[in-house]
Amino acid sequence: MLQQLFRFHGGVKPPYHKEGAVTQPIAEAPLSAEYVIPLQQSIGRPPEPIVKPGEKVLRGQIIGSGLNAPAIHASTSGTVKAVEMRRIPHTSGLAALCVVIEPDGEDKWFERIPFDYRNASIDKARAFLREAGIVGLGGAVFPSHQKLNTGKSGKLDHLVINGAECEPFITCDDVLMRERGETMIRGIAILRELVRAENVLIGIEDNKPEAIAATQAAIDKLSALGENTAGMRVVAVPTRYPAGGAKQLIRVLTGIEVPHGKRSTSYGVQCFNVGTALAIYDAVALGQPLISRIITVAGNVERPGNFEARFGAPMRDLVALAGPRPDSNRIVMGGPMMGVSMPGDEVPVVKATNCILVGSPKLFPPPPPEMPCIRCGACAFACPSDLQPYEMYWFARARNFGKAQEYHLFDCIECGACAYVCPSHIPLVDYYRFAKTEIWAHERDNAAAERARARYELRTQREEREKAEKVARLAAKTAAAHEQALVAAAEQAPAEPPIIDHVPPEPEIEAMRLKIREMAKTTPPEEE
Amino acid sequence: MLNNSPFFRHATSVRCIMLKVLAALLPGLVAYVWFFGAAILVQLVLASVVALAVEAVMLVMRKKPLMLFLTDGSALVTAWLIVLTFPPIVPWWVTCAAVVFAIVIVKHLYGGLGQNPFNPAMAAFAAMIVAYPQLMSQWPAAGHGVDFAGQISMIFGGLDIRHLGLDALTMATPLDSLRTGLHSAEIKTSVANILATHPTYGMFGGKGWEWVAAGYLVGGIWLIQQRIISWHIPVAFLVTLTLIAGAFQIASPDNYASPLFHLLCGGSMLGAFFIATDPIAGATTPRGKLIYGAGIAFFTYIIRAFGAYPDGVAFATLLLNICAPLIDMTTQPPVFGHKKNTPKEKS
Repeated sequence: MLQQLFRFHGGVKPPYHKEGAVTQPIAEAPLSAEYVIPLQQSIGRPPEPIVKPGEKVLRGQIIGSGLNAPAIHASTSGTVKAVEMRRIPHTSGLAALCVVIEPDGEDKWFERIPFDYRNASIDKARAFLREAGIVGLGGAVFPSHQKLNTGKSGKLDHLVINGAECEPFITCDDVLMRERGETMIRGIAILRELVRAENVLIGIEDNKPEAIAATQAAIDKLSALGENTAGMRVVAVPTRYPAGGAKQLIRVLTGIEVPHGKRSTSYGVQCFNVGTALAIYDAVALGQPLISRIITVAGNVERPGNFEARFGAPMRDLVALAGPRPDSNRIVMGGPMMGVSMPGDEVPVVKATNCILVGSPKLFPPPPPEMPCIRCGACAFACPSDLQPYEMYWFARARNFGKAQEYHLFDCIECGACAYVCPSHIPLVDYYRFAKTEIWAHERDNAAAERARARYELRTQREEREKAEKVARLAAKTAAAHEQALVAAAEQAPAEPPIIDHVPPEPEIEAMRLKIREMAKTTPPEEE
Repeated sequence: MLNNSPFFRHATSVRCIMLKVLAALLPGLVAYVWFFGAAILVQLVLASVVALAVEAVMLVMRKKPLMLFLTDGSALVTAWLIVLTFPPIVPWWVTCAAVVFAIVIVKHLYGGLGQNPFNPAMAAFAAMIVAYPQLMSQWPAAGHGVDFAGQISMIFGGLDIRHLGLDALTMATPLDSLRTGLHSAEIKTSVANILATHPTYGMFGGKGWEWVAAGYLVGGIWLIQQRIISWHIPVAFLVTLTLIAGAFQIASPDNYASPLFHLLCGGSMLGAFFIATDPIAGATTPRGKLIYGAGIAFFTYIIRAFGAYPDGVAFATLLLNICAPLIDMTTQPPVFGHKKNTPKEKS
């Protein structure tokens, strides 16, 4: 049956540069001399380190664990050398808490226990995936256990598996589908049972015929072996960046547009990357937590290829395997459209590292000088979120962030299509990132101010209460003393009615009244 | 070094866009030269040189990178549009004044490239036709007009055509003649009558002009194919002009010319594909562009049929330039996930 496809607005067709790396089989990267494993590798609060320097660890042993965060594991067996701040793969050269492991070379596995997902509750399954450190391997590293949500109906219509891989240069998903298609399909079958999805749509861009064929062959083979592959379909989607964006792929395959800020499960659909499916199989069926992934090393290198690399390995080790050319001057994590420039080549490979792109001034020439926006609308034509990027740029530039939000700044997925086509060479995405961080900072400040205000009010209230109590106590005391005095006086003299000895004259009373009225007008109302 | 993604870009530039716009003007220009002589080329060179010189002076004064902006082609587009909307035999100083006005006042005083709220060429046209209505209304006739030397002497010699007896060889635009013919009270006449008898009319529109318009149409379609402009504004403009002209002609065929006549006369084609589509001063959302294009066509027709000026494209464009921000603001397209036809969230 032919799958009906839907179009998403915009998109661009950059040169793909995928030829080199796909021709090589996936190679296992040799052990590095040191593994620097950052504790924060997905969104949310980072896990706490649960190992100490000097401690022996085994491959796959949990070294970082947090309340709701995917666990972090040792990439190989060895000794914990340090738990300290190290530079992480972030453009700014930011440092974060890392566990540094010196391998012992034995690479001995920690206890591996497969998970009987069929006889477990969904909560148990969530806990298992969290413990196994499973995150989305498409690049966004969203914790997978948080996506095992089947919505209110308790099941999903569609499970979308993302094998589109639309970024230029990156081929890790392509080779994964070609070489490990069968395992991936087994992982998809597990996922499908976990999210209780009726259909499974595996979307692959049509510039990867080998991956499409291999995936189909894997499904056919497993179905011949009696595995449940009913409702699983491989769908070739038109090659157009960013077809691999989760929202765009869901749109193309199902016609559903999941708005910003909404869960896709509310629309009966959920999306996982092919690499995530494979990781889920390894975890559930083999008991192996996520300690490595397939990474493309490409760009200005002699031998571009794909490597099975462990997290924490320095990027330069992988770059060395591909043979960087002498004029290489930068390392980018991810593809050329959405990747981030690395502060150095010693930063570690992490779960989000789908590609290490080696750049040179020739491959990625410095952007031409920025010209003024001529409102040509090329960006709006290219925007896959149907935004008007030139308007957002205008407002972001003028620091009119409220207006930028009105023009749906936060619906921007930062795919870079607008900046790619801009004839004025404006780094549009930078402006959106700037506006977003400013707005976040502003909201944070606001929240802090709000907290401070609440704190201040509480204190004022407390002080007022204390003052009132003090006054009351004092009054009680005085009253008591007065009473005592009265009692004493009464004991001495017979009681007499009190005499009002002084009544102010009429004009004086009138003046006092006016004064009080005046005061009532000027006194600020009491704060609540 | 520390720049951000995307790390590579599509090979395009403002210069590339402007050069393509200039290239798209060539078919119309060829027809122009064929029917009305080479004087227009002299005007083009003059306007281009003045535009670049004035642009350079303004860039230096505003301390902008000179070569970057001077070579962006935008000044040339303005200059060419001025020349192509002006009579080719207008004195040289009118052309120069128009170019200086467009570049200095309409473009740079508002902030330069990308900032002008009005189309510079159209603002210059409006200023000149108000200042020099007569000079701006003398056009050569196709084929049997003034020869090249005569045209040159008109441009540079300051020769008064009336004294030279060249009156018969130049004339108002076909649009203008039609209006004057219709409005002269002495003889009761009809559109068909004027078109049949007056030498300025060809098969469909003005003699010669219809082919220039066809040239602009070809260039404009090429611009759409090259994705320099979108189809919205030209289509909205041409369809609206056709409908309005059609409605008036059906109501009173004696007093109103046919839609085809309006499409092929005056600045219709140039306006539809090259002037109304100027994105800087125009509307930019898809729905906004339709409204914008239709609005220009509407006012163009109203000014042509009932106004005092020979053509209405310039004033209509300026009018709609004023409305463009409001049009854009009220026609923002729905963003991803907020469209009407998307499936609703399951509750």
